[in-house]
Amino acid sequence: MVNAKTNLKGRAVYVVDGGRTPFLRAMGPPGPFHASDLAVQAGRQLLARQPIEASALDEVILGCVSSGPNEANIARLVALRLGCGEQVPAWTVQRNCASAMQSIDCAATNIATGRSDLVLAGGTEAMSHHPVLLNEQMVTWLAGWNRARTTMERVRQLGKLRPPYFQPVIALLRGLTDPVVGLSMGQTAEEIAWKFNISRKEMDRYAAQSHHRLAAAQESGHLSEIEPLYAPDGTLHSTDEGLRADSSVEKLGQLKPFFDRTVGKVTAGNSSQITDGAALLLLASSAAVRKHKLPVLGRIIDCQWAGLNPSTMGLGPVHAMAPLLQRHGLSVADIDYWEMNEAFAAQILACLKAWTDADYCRDQLHQEQPFAPIPMDRLNVDGGAISIGHPVGTSGTRIVLHLLKVLERKDARRGIASLCIGGGQGGAILVERQEER
Amino acid sequence: MSRHWRIEQDGNGIIWLHFNQADSSANVLTVEALDELDQQLGEIEQASPAGVVFCSDKPSGFIAGADVKAFSRITEMQEAQQQILQAHAIFDRIERLKCPTVAMIHGFCLGGGTELALACRYRVSRDDPGTRIGLPEVRLGIFPGFGGTVRSTRLIGHLPALNIMLSGRALSGSAARRLGLVDMSVPERQLKAAARHLLSTRPKPHRPTWLQQLPGNGLLRPLVGHFLKKQVAKQADPAHYPAPYALIRHWTKHANHPKAMYRSEAAEVAKLISSDTAQNLIRIFLLQDQLKAQGRKSDFKAAHVHVIGGGIMGGDIAAWCALKGMRVTLQDRAPELLSQAMGRAHGLFKKKLKKPLLVRDALDRLIPDCEATGVPKADVVIEAIFENTEAKQQLYAQLEPRLKKGALLCTNTSSIPLEVLNSTLKNPARLVGLHFFNPVAKMQLVEIVSATNTDPNAAQQAAAFAKQIGRLPLPVKSSPGFLVNRILMPYLLEAIVLLDSGTSATAIDKAATDFGMPMGPVELADTVGLDICLAVADKLAESLPVNVPEMLRSMVSEGKLGRKSGQGFYLYNKGKAQKAAVTESANVLPGLADRMIMCMLNEAVACLREGIVSDADLLDAGIVFGTGFAPFRGGPIHYVKSEGKEKMQPRIQTLASDKDAGWADIFEH
Repeated sequence: MVNAKTNLKGRAVYVVDGGRTPFLRAMGPPGPFHASDLAVQAGRQLLARQPIEASALDEVILGCVSSGPNEANIARLVALRLGCGEQVPAWTVQRNCASAMQSIDCAATNIATGRSDLVLAGGTEAMSHHPVLLNEQMVTWLAGWNRARTTMERVRQLGKLRPPYFQPVIALLRGLTDPVVGLSMGQTAEEIAWKFNISRKEMDRYAAQSHHRLAAAQESGHLSEIEPLYAPDGTLHSTDEGLRADSSVEKLGQLKPFFDRTVGKVTAGNSSQITDGAALLLLASSAAVRKHKLPVLGRIIDCQWAGLNPSTMGLGPVHAMAPLLQRHGLSVADIDYWEMNEAFAAQILACLKAWTDADYCRDQLHQEQPFAPIPMDRLNVDGGAISIGHPVGTSGTRIVLHLLKVLERKDARRGIASLCIGGGQGGAILVERQEER
Repeated sequence: MSRHWRIEQDGNGIIWLHFNQADSSANVLTVEALDELDQQLGEIEQASPAGVVFCSDKPSGFIAGADVKAFSRITEMQEAQQQILQAHAIFDRIERLKCPTVAMIHGFCLGGGTELALACRYRVSRDDPGTRIGLPEVRLGIFPGFGGTVRSTRLIGHLPALNIMLSGRALSGSAARRLGLVDMSVPERQLKAAARHLLSTRPKPHRPTWLQQLPGNGLLRPLVGHFLKKQVAKQADPAHYPAPYALIRHWTKHANHPKAMYRSEAAEVAKLISSDTAQNLIRIFLLQDQLKAQGRKSDFKAAHVHVIGGGIMGGDIAAWCALKGMRVTLQDRAPELLSQAMGRAHGLFKKKLKKPLLVRDALDRLIPDCEATGVPKADVVIEAIFENTEAKQQLYAQLEPRLKKGALLCTNTSSIPLEVLNSTLKNPARLVGLHFFNPVAKMQLVEIVSATNTDPNAAQQAAAFAKQIGRLPLPVKSSPGFLVNRILMPYLLEAIVLLDSGTSATAIDKAATDFGMPMGPVELADTVGLDICLAVADKLAESLPVNVPEMLRSMVSEGKLGRKSGQGFYLYNKGKAQKAAVTESANVLPGLADRMIMCMLNEAVACLREGIVSDADLLDAGIVFGTGFAPFRGGPIHYVKSEGKEKMQPRIQTLASDKDAGWADIFEH
């Protein structure tokens, strides 16, 4: 089925099924699961319920921003642990917060072009296991220590050791700081909040809503894609741990600004949560769907990537969504549901404003007319990264999977999932619920 | 020309002496193989090679030991001693070869195999998990007799060597390397290179440190021996298991005096091997092979097992299968019911596998499955839910249409007749009972239960599966309690009757352990759980003349369920029974034991007569491996026979009441 309008040229790409782990809070000591453990637990349940064996996969593609020291090319490790067998190749992709959207794009491309028929794609991230490194002075000192041969040389080298050398480098914090402009991700949110004049109250209101929506979704059983995690000690993790069902504007209002101290507006409460989690999708060509009699959750229609100024990276989604709608001749009303990753409440609200801002649309998005507003009751209907959490290498798959689940539940047709990407990029995927044809 | 050995000389003048026993999957040092080895050594002496490597052509391992089957035919002490002295001479000839010698070890290297390796100057071993090196003789009621006691103590020091010989445990290649038992432990790719390396560099052979040699000092030995005896006494009663004590005595008397020690070894081992204890232990060892053979009648192999029921039994069965390399889906209604099983599985994997990567792989293989997704992929489906006929039948109705073609459907029921359970199936013939015992990881026996309408092929496949997961399959007929519970229950109930009549629990238990049971019946009932005992007893009482003591019923209704509730017949403190001292005089104990054991023997004879198992040997094996029945007595039926007709026939109701056929019918054909 060739679609002339898509950037995904070639054969149709179907999503068969998907699953994710609950997202576990990751501040504090390393959590009970490494990144590969998370992906294996989500993946083995997903594969167990398919009529195919894991060895039938053509490849496994995973996004991961930072895997552990024992998890080089984590996708291959996960593929082998899932029992795919030695002959199924696997590779890992990294596009910061969109790593798990990149993996879907790669899988879809390979299916569309005919290189693959069945691909397990997704992302995994154990932010609580992100490495803590020695700083460069310490590494230099250690190199000197290793060169020291005689006792005298060693004593001399010991004398050169200084307290600051012991200051560790927290890779997690460095990763959340833009390497070009030097701003933390929270500061880029402050930047666009300032540009679009978003108040603290608006941010907190949005954040509280995210928690309330997730609470309602949990209550109604709308998160069927979650596969429980079983820890080795017998503890069960079955729900997203970041939820604060009793969240309110008043409570959130008491938090201090975290990134621009004292006078800023972005707090830990109106930002996405640092969490551990994995999400996976099984994608297939129509030939594979027919051959194995696979169910179909929906279709990946197209994918769009965009670049923008790193200091306003939070606006990435609008830069990616605009060409997607344009290319397919779609208006806002044609999209039934939207998932936009909630990196920061300020960032979501700024995107919504930029989307309808005539100047921004003209100057930055090359649109003659601004877009119609995205209705709030069609956006992130079951909460988002502020309440659920944002394991950076995982969220891209989570939002695509959940969007498909929402479309199924509402018996709706079309949806867009998008996210902002540290470093100044945006990504968006257009999906449709569609039977295999 | 040799049937079992092959000499091969390479370009460097090294002789590779291959052991490849004819008509056998494992190498065993039979009398014939030893004779041939002697001839080979003669040729090697003539050839004066640069070195000799002893190696095995069997994939299963180096040498599995001496010929245990032949042991069981030895009745004369002189004959045994003769054979031992002959082996001494051959191994001595290896030791005296002028060139350096290496034993190249892979897989099983046990007993006589290890002793042959010890006669070489060097040893190299493969460092994979399949390589097991040990001297397990004491488990057969003897101790190493081919020079092992002399050479092991000399090589690695007295205490490490005695520890290996007294415990009978086997070592991995790397553990053996740490003790100095082998000189190098290397991956398969380097095994031959390591052997050549030792022959060409000829390093000084390993010797124990001064400290390791110290306990062998003549002045210290009696003290060390005394200490060792005390250690062993915690594990084995000297009245029932004389071998470890004989070894300690032998060592205390002769250590560091090789000539005397070799002589004493031959005399002592010959004495032990012709004793009833050793003969019975050897019998049990061989019966184990007979049970394993039950699993060889089908070449069924499972890759995926689906277990339903995440309770103690279901969870532990699932974990055991995952441990043994199978992919396992474990089903229960909610994740909360499975997480504990996962936690227990992790504990088991850590204990058994130790290496973190192996533990991780086993955990990856064990998949919690609340939606029964594993059913259509499973080769074996095991139902282990609570004992309720309707619930089980409903479950089978859901399962049957989803099963893979040729998949095995099993139930772990302990009390519901298979004929009842399979009556609602479309194909009743396919359901087989696969009855595991608690704790699954410890109890080796699995009863393979067949109803009259069960497909014999399915039962054989179930037995093959049990063997695949390293358990011992015992085919039994479906009848109340099957074999093990039926024989065990009258014994437990008799103990409760004794309790009720005022005998103390400690006295009852001591009487049983004195007889040789691993645990007394009162403590056993507490450990199994009194509620479970009651349920099984009630079930048996429906069809057999079993009286369920009121005392048991009232204990259960008071919530005194045994170890798990903190109180049963004993009080438990941190899982340990609080036992009072025995007040009864020592000479009433044998009478108590006799009364209880007789209940068991009576039921055993009845089972044999009813054909619950196919023969007396399998019955004995089942009871020893299923209940721990004093192994050195050779099993209940064997015990009845060895006690003799005069003594036994009048006391076993099932025999006494049936004067015509009776004894001869069962025992003398």
